[in-house]
Amino acid sequence: MGRMLTGLGGALLRGALLGAALAVGAGSAVAADKLKVGFVYVGPVADFGYSYQHDLSRKALAAAMPDKVETTFLENVPEADSERSIEKLARSGAGLIFTTSFGFMEPTLKVAKKFPKVKFAHATGYKRSDNVATYSARFYEGRYVCGKIAGKLSRSGTVGYIASFPIPEVVSGINAFMLGAQSVNPNIKIKIVWVNTWFDPGKEAEAAKALLAQGADILTQHTDSAAPLQEAEKQGKLAFGQSSDQFRFAPKAQLTSITDDWNGYVIAQAKAVLDGTWKSGDTWGGIKDGMVVLAPFTNMPDDVKAMAEETSTAIAAGKLHPFTGPVVKQDGTLAVKEGDTAPDPMILGMNWYVKGIDDKLTQ
Amino acid sequence: MTLDIVQMVLVTVLAAATPLILAGIGELVAERSGVLNLGVEGMMIFGAAVSFAVAMQTGSTVLGALGGAGAGLLLAALFGILTVGLAANQVASGLSLTILGLGLSGLVGANYVGIKRDPAPHLAIPGLTDLPGIGHLVFGQDGFVYAAVALVAAVSWFLWRTRAGLMLRAIGDDHVATHALGLKVRRVRFLSVLFGGACAGLGGAYLALAYTPFWSPGMTAGRGWIALALVVFASWRPLRVAAGALLFGGATVLQLHAQAAGLGLPGQFLSALPYLATILALVLLSLGQRQGGSLAPAALGRVFTPSR
Amino acid sequence: MRLDLVPRTRRAPVLDILSPALAFAAAVVIGGVMVAALGVSPADAFVTYFVAPLSEVWSLQEIALKAAPLALIATGLAFCYRANLWNIGAEGHFVVGGLAGGWVGVATHGAAGFTLWVLPAMLVAGALAGAAYALIPAVLKVRLGVSEILTSLMLVYVAQLLLDYMVRGPLRDPAGYNFPQSVGFDAAARLPYLMEGETLHAGVLIAFLAVALAAVVLAHTLFGFEVRVVGASPRAARFAGFSDARLTLSVFAISGGAAGLAGIVEVAGKIGQLQPEISPGYGFTAIIVAFLGRLSPPGILVAALVIALTTIGGEGAQIDLKLPLDLTRAFQGLLLGLVLGADVFARYHVRLVPGGPSGRPAS
Repeated sequence: MGRMLTGLGGALLRGALLGAALAVGAGSAVAADKLKVGFVYVGPVADFGYSYQHDLSRKALAAAMPDKVETTFLENVPEADSERSIEKLARSGAGLIFTTSFGFMEPTLKVAKKFPKVKFAHATGYKRSDNVATYSARFYEGRYVCGKIAGKLSRSGTVGYIASFPIPEVVSGINAFMLGAQSVNPNIKIKIVWVNTWFDPGKEAEAAKALLAQGADILTQHTDSAAPLQEAEKQGKLAFGQSSDQFRFAPKAQLTSITDDWNGYVIAQAKAVLDGTWKSGDTWGGIKDGMVVLAPFTNMPDDVKAMAEETSTAIAAGKLHPFTGPVVKQDGTLAVKEGDTAPDPMILGMNWYVKGIDDKLTQ
Repeated sequence: MTLDIVQMVLVTVLAAATPLILAGIGELVAERSGVLNLGVEGMMIFGAAVSFAVAMQTGSTVLGALGGAGAGLLLAALFGILTVGLAANQVASGLSLTILGLGLSGLVGANYVGIKRDPAPHLAIPGLTDLPGIGHLVFGQDGFVYAAVALVAAVSWFLWRTRAGLMLRAIGDDHVATHALGLKVRRVRFLSVLFGGACAGLGGAYLALAYTPFWSPGMTAGRGWIALALVVFASWRPLRVAAGALLFGGATVLQLHAQAAGLGLPGQFLSALPYLATILALVLLSLGQRQGGSLAPAALGRVFTPSR
Repeated sequence: MRLDLVPRTRRAPVLDILSPALAFAAAVVIGGVMVAALGVSPADAFVTYFVAPLSEVWSLQEIALKAAPLALIATGLAFCYRANLWNIGAEGHFVVGGLAGGWVGVATHGAAGFTLWVLPAMLVAGALAGAAYALIPAVLKVRLGVSEILTSLMLVYVAQLLLDYMVRGPLRDPAGYNFPQSVGFDAAARLPYLMEGETLHAGVLIAFLAVALAAVVLAHTLFGFEVRVVGASPRAARFAGFSDARLTLSVFAISGGAAGLAGIVEVAGKIGQLQPEISPGYGFTAIIVAFLGRLSPPGILVAALVIALTTIGGEGAQIDLKLPLDLTRAFQGLLLGLVLGADVFARYHVRLVPGGPSGRPAS
């Protein structure tokens, strides 16, 4: 014990001296040829959802180029306080920084302006600059496939939808799901519950219970925890997973899961920076690009499985677009003409429901 | 609505209220003895993490629940040493405890992310559980729910029907006078704080082992804070803690049902309902009472030092 | 054995400084053991955590930026706590202040001509709205005897949902692809930077001026005297003819006003627009700051700086040493607890009395 304390005392003294040295030498460049890649997450990496999936891509990057890159991350960064966190990464020598939540958009741009040599990739935003690229995934493609499955499998004709916040990504997901479901069952109904959180297992479970009690026999969610799946499993109903493959939480209930796979994008960005070919731009990848991955289709009859696979393949091949006209809004106006497909800006800013949905959106 | 839907809603409400009741009833005892512990959220989340870890290692839900209670108790002991032993400020110490508990829970839980466990078993008595209308509500819950109900009854009995309970309340109202009478103020307070911690830990264990049986950082999502507020709501009475938890849980569940039924109100407004309903209920209760003075234990939050 | 605490007749200045220093040292030793267990050198951790943030101009500014709202809110709260009122709703007052002031910023967006009044109007609106929101629990307490602990806390959640509703609905940027955010404020609605190209803005000055003002009010005015007397001896205060009700309303208004001002300073300073989340929990952290600072403005200032330092040091530890966020959090909790506990030496003569019953009759 005594020796341990002396050892620590020595360590502290060394620390103090080192600190003084550091203060003097602060600013001298870190001698390293490796590209430092930083990640900023809005949630904990252990959420087993959105931030977890992003962290998998960080690990994949580290494994793919162990001699060339060094990765680091900040988790649970509050959006209101993110500018400092991002700048801290830039100052600590990062050459490429992924800011992974919409709320980081303005802070990313501000820091990017100060550090023109550092490259930034911001997820789900729409503002870019010379050194800020944006990327996102076409989750709605996966949701269209889920909608078709639900339309086929629902016996009660009612699907429960647990939604987080009314942003375009969530709204377009609901619409795509509905269009998919309507394509096989025109009379399908969707009950939507907004839980106003991305992650609160208890509340998500309560929402699942409420939806199941009101006659839904299939659940889908745009929140991050596995609680709704578990609830469906418990009650012998079916459900779709979200963000990561949650099969192990509900082996008898999960039909598939819409998972985000950022590995390809993240590794490509790092390579481009290393090669000196990095350019700003927008990447909006879907099933085709492997950014949206549907977990194996399970707990469904073979014909439904075949339909799901076929749909997924058609979307990947560009033969099928979920928002193919005629798409009619809730109020009866025509949003997309027959034969047309919805242009990307329309999907990116979607704040209206398609016909057949009972819920109302705050305008 | 059919009887079955009503029953299903009630079952959900009772389940949603259970963690609040567990944590609230423990905090009530601590506060009745005069100690305000704002660290409920921290003790709860640490209890959740430890309970899940213990249950995974041992395979036993009961041991997991005990582990969760023990984790809450451990943090409460730290808090007790600070506030009861060293006369540190209770509000600030409680908040530090919350930060500590959040951090420790993440460290303990790190190895258990993305792992599922079967939920704690529900009671099933052939015949009784299948009774229409009330069967599942009364005879089909898991052990935690019955524990919560039993705790409310036991604490109620203890505080008003036993000498020790009387002492505890007296200490919470006036530590100087009770000390002069020779009561062991600090010992009673320390034990009350420990009880509060164990209950909060058990509430966390309920979340991780029964309600949503997995571990996830931040999974208590503010329930510890609500439990704290409910103690105040209840005017420091056990039965009213249960009533408040049911009211809060009920408002939460009903707003979700209202949304599912397509009410068309903004989600934010409906999400705010449980909080507004709790304030409104308290205002109405106060209107009914019309008496001056606070119902809080008079020495709540005050530091006590025996010598002098 | 039992511990006897005999209150000191006056605080010992040496111990006032020595006791937190000892607590700090103890926390560093325990933290060092924890860090070593994770295979990181305690010396490096110490430098990264406590020394590095103090050795760069940039991070010094960030410490000030983080400490300013904490100190401002905590100073307001000190008025409540000195009067024995348990206001734990500062987070809500912060949010409402930011929302109301931000509203002015949104409404004047694009206004031409004379705009010098905009920023002062925002600050006043923020402070007034915070005060008004804080008066709800105060009035309920004075009129109906409803406990402020419950109402102030519950109203935090209501405020957050209100802000959420406003930025997704009425105050949403029409050109923002329906994402939840307002327009970016005009330059006239932004707090100016103190130095070109740096991050420090005028809000820090406002906050520190307000804290200084509060110190004067508390120490040298009749009102300040009233607050102190009520806290120390409610009976004496009643004899002196001080009105409980008026005091309750006043201290809640002050505390809400301070938190509201902090809110709009954050929105008009660092953030520059309204968004669903404008506080990383300042209102709750400020409660600890208030008590760590022993409810006196100078102490609060020091406490706020310490908390800011540990937060920023924790970020550095995540990036440079890859220490998990949870560890830095646990360390922060431990440090705070030890400092609070060590305060006992400054306030009491501490004696260990062997044997004996715990408590002799009061003399």
